Amino acid sequence: MSGFLKLLLRNRLAALGGVVITGIVALALVTPLLPLQPPDVTNTAERFARPFSPGHLLGTDNLGRDLLSRLLLGTRLSLAVGTVAALGAAVTGSAIGIVAGYFGGRTDNVIMRLIDMLMAFPYILLALAIVAALGPGLVNALIAVAAVNVPFFARNIRGLTVGLAGREFIDAARLSGLGHTRIILSELLPNVLPVIVIGISTTVGWMILETAGLSFLGLGSQPPQADLGSMLGEARAALITAPHSSVVPGIMIFLIVMSINLLGDGVRDALDPRLKSGALSRPRAATRVAREHVPEVPQQGVLDLQNLETQFHVGRRVYRAVNDVSLHVKPGECLGIIGESGSGKSVTALSVMGLVASPPGVITGGAVRHDGTDLLSLRPGDLRARRGAKVAYIFQDPLATLHPLFTIGDQLIEAIRSHRALPKAQARARALEMLEAVRIPNPESRLENYPHEMSGGMRQRVGIAMAMINEPEVIIADEPTTALDVTVQAQILSLLDELRRERGLAILFITHDFGVVAQLCDRVAVMYAGRIVEEGPTMQILDAPAHPYTKRLIACVPELGGGRRTLAAIPGLPPVVDKLPEGCAFAPRCAKAQEACRRGEIALEGAAPRAVRCLFPEEAPT
Amino acid sequence: MTGYILRRLVSAIPVLLGITVIVFLIMAMIPGDPATAILGSYATPENVARINASLGLDKPLVQRYFIWLGHMLTGDFGRSYALNRPVLDEILDRFSATMVLAGTSFVLCAILGVLAGVVSAARQYGWADRAITFVVLIGISVPSFFLGMMMILIFAVRLKWLPVSGMYAIYGGGDLADLARHLAMPALALAAVATGVIARMARSAMLEVLRQDYIRTARAKGVSETRVVLRHALKAAMVSILPVLGLQAGFVLSGAVYIEMVFQWPGVGRMLVDAILKRDILLVQGGVVFVAACYVVFNIAVDVVQGLLDPRIKA
Repeated sequence: MSGFLKLLLRNRLAALGGVVITGIVALALVTPLLPLQPPDVTNTAERFARPFSPGHLLGTDNLGRDLLSRLLLGTRLSLAVGTVAALGAAVTGSAIGIVAGYFGGRTDNVIMRLIDMLMAFPYILLALAIVAALGPGLVNALIAVAAVNVPFFARNIRGLTVGLAGREFIDAARLSGLGHTRIILSELLPNVLPVIVIGISTTVGWMILETAGLSFLGLGSQPPQADLGSMLGEARAALITAPHSSVVPGIMIFLIVMSINLLGDGVRDALDPRLKSGALSRPRAATRVAREHVPEVPQQGVLDLQNLETQFHVGRRVYRAVNDVSLHVKPGECLGIIGESGSGKSVTALSVMGLVASPPGVITGGAVRHDGTDLLSLRPGDLRARRGAKVAYIFQDPLATLHPLFTIGDQLIEAIRSHRALPKAQARARALEMLEAVRIPNPESRLENYPHEMSGGMRQRVGIAMAMINEPEVIIADEPTTALDVTVQAQILSLLDELRRERGLAILFITHDFGVVAQLCDRVAVMYAGRIVEEGPTMQILDAPAHPYTKRLIACVPELGGGRRTLAAIPGLPPVVDKLPEGCAFAPRCAKAQEACRRGEIALEGAAPRAVRCLFPEEAPT
Repeated sequence: MTGYILRRLVSAIPVLLGITVIVFLIMAMIPGDPATAILGSYATPENVARINASLGLDKPLVQRYFIWLGHMLTGDFGRSYALNRPVLDEILDRFSATMVLAGTSFVLCAILGVLAGVVSAARQYGWADRAITFVVLIGISVPSFFLGMMMILIFAVRLKWLPVSGMYAIYGGGDLADLARHLAMPALALAAVATGVIARMARSAMLEVLRQDYIRTARAKGVSETRVVLRHALKAAMVSILPVLGLQAGFVLSGAVYIEMVFQWPGVGRMLVDAILKRDILLVQGGVVFVAACYVVFNIAVDVVQGLLDPRIKA
């Protein structure tokens, strides 16, 4: 609760709203004690006195009545009426919602149908109909406004109650012989009360506005009694000759509604935990780069990552997702990056083309070179021109990564036309050709399909076709087979392998599965807690892993027809990368860890082509 | 698609019936004797009996409902006592004026709201976002009738750019340009709140969509940022913005009541308020049912557009 209040107060606008509305309410409360002019005494000699005239701070209205005292009394009335309407709507609506949700079945059905009918009306229209029936008057306007807001509460509270009614503590209460009324009052009500209170706080502004509106139309408070709405309504006739008599009550309504809105927004934001994590931030077109210097190294492959560092900055915490990673991929080569989830392998892959969501992602060091050009220092337009054309991505779970509202054909054609000014018909022909190349049956009709109309394996073939369509030099495949079942997985892998051999592609293949690595990759780099802990040719590493972590990872893969080896899960979890321990990050989970492992920086070293970051490797790398 | 539209139309029938039942029941709550209310000082016993018979008030409630419903289905909404003309004629005259106002307002708030939301999301935390957020906050907090009055003071009285009120100039005028001049302020005043609500919704829908994996895919393909925002993100965001547009159409339609009062616009809302004050029950009853029914039909149209936009709905 205090955390919530702190969040609320940190929101300066919400605090401002809180101060203003508290001030207005306080003023309304002490109004009877203030030495004000009588509000209903007419004095036609002094009609429409301007503000700041003697004796009348805010001037007078069309009958010469003091505007200040009428304003304060009107505010008092409007606040009271709006609040009572909100309470009335909340009590009635919640009662209906609880009954519907608790008893369920037929009762629920009938009640909710009725509520749906009420919601089919344009809002104010229903209030007008009710006032028409009851007759104009402040109490009737209040009833009308409360009535049209009942469905809002009924719906919300019913939804909540349905969820609660199935829970154990309600069953327990029922079994212990409590009656329905007791269960509702002592078990259900306390649980839904916070939501009711929030509902009131977010609707009370509306209700004040609506009752004022009905009064403005002449259907609410009747003379000489006046709330803010009818003050405004009466002043309308003299709008041009005496604007101040309209402006005064108008601004008061505005202030009340705005401060309640500000406060309500603040309450909502403080209750929504996503706002704290920055998860509602819009990712920029490219990851933010903030490096101090660009490492200069000779070109080694078509894609070179040099001392890459990518971090997530969330509040004051810094997560080192990628920590000093260097990798090189040659044309026609497949390099695997393997690690558990959270090891930084995907972030490494996404950093290459600046696709790490930013905020919160920041590339804080190193270089990524394609054909010798540092991609991180490219201007946005130049980076965009290379995305998909030179370096293309294949992502995991193509249901989420393909746009759900565009056809496969549209998405493929767009990929081509983003880089080449090809006529649509030609682009379509090329898309067709690509679908055939990835062995999709009936490619012609598939072009018209939406992603949700295809199977997972077919979707991933589309993903591959989309990546290959501009004949890139490098493919970055981020767990492309993880969402697929095993037979489909094998098909996709052999397809990728074939395409690589045919076209001389360089592939950076991200996975958590050594089985997949063994099938496809020439070399493999093992990542743990944002760093590479071992690197070398796939076969050598599979035969003789040097890092204890690699050994444990390999032990996770079941062997077909084997069955002699026990499948070993790695105990513990990978460390959170915002407070890494000194020394080896794997030490806490490592059976062989010694004192020296927990101290200082451990280098990645060994005789090429192998390297390992361990003080006590399993076997000396050969 | 045709099947989907038909199904939606059929599903609207119980809702429309429900609306007539609710309106009928509300009107049946009227305390006292409606005949006396209508006749006022002319309420002699014979007159009361005649009115009661002509309104069918001597029959039981359920029977009265079906008689009323039957008449409405044949286009007979009864006669307005205050105006002495058929209710439906009056409604149709007034409703066209309301449609001009509310329709323009709705188009305005839909376009301005979505545009503001998109710009706001695309420039999150930038100056444009802050400016829009500020204006939107004021927009949703200022009562439309007060906003209308202030617009009259500024643009009609002080600057003399636009006419104070009415739909057409009394002398001369009557053409489209004249209508546009009269329409500008009321349409904007009516659109203000809805624009704010839509802009807020559109902003958060866009922010939600921009974090999706398929947006990252579009960027990975090399699609330009403008296209990512306006095509990929906006289309997906429209799926959640459209229902809000439908809801706001209801607010615009019924909020027209206030604006019609402020600007002396000869629409259905002002007609209803006058009818309520004159206890012209049949006119109120007919007007409310008519407008509510139009709103139901409009919402079906929104659903159909939703179905066209999102291929997953038909499945």
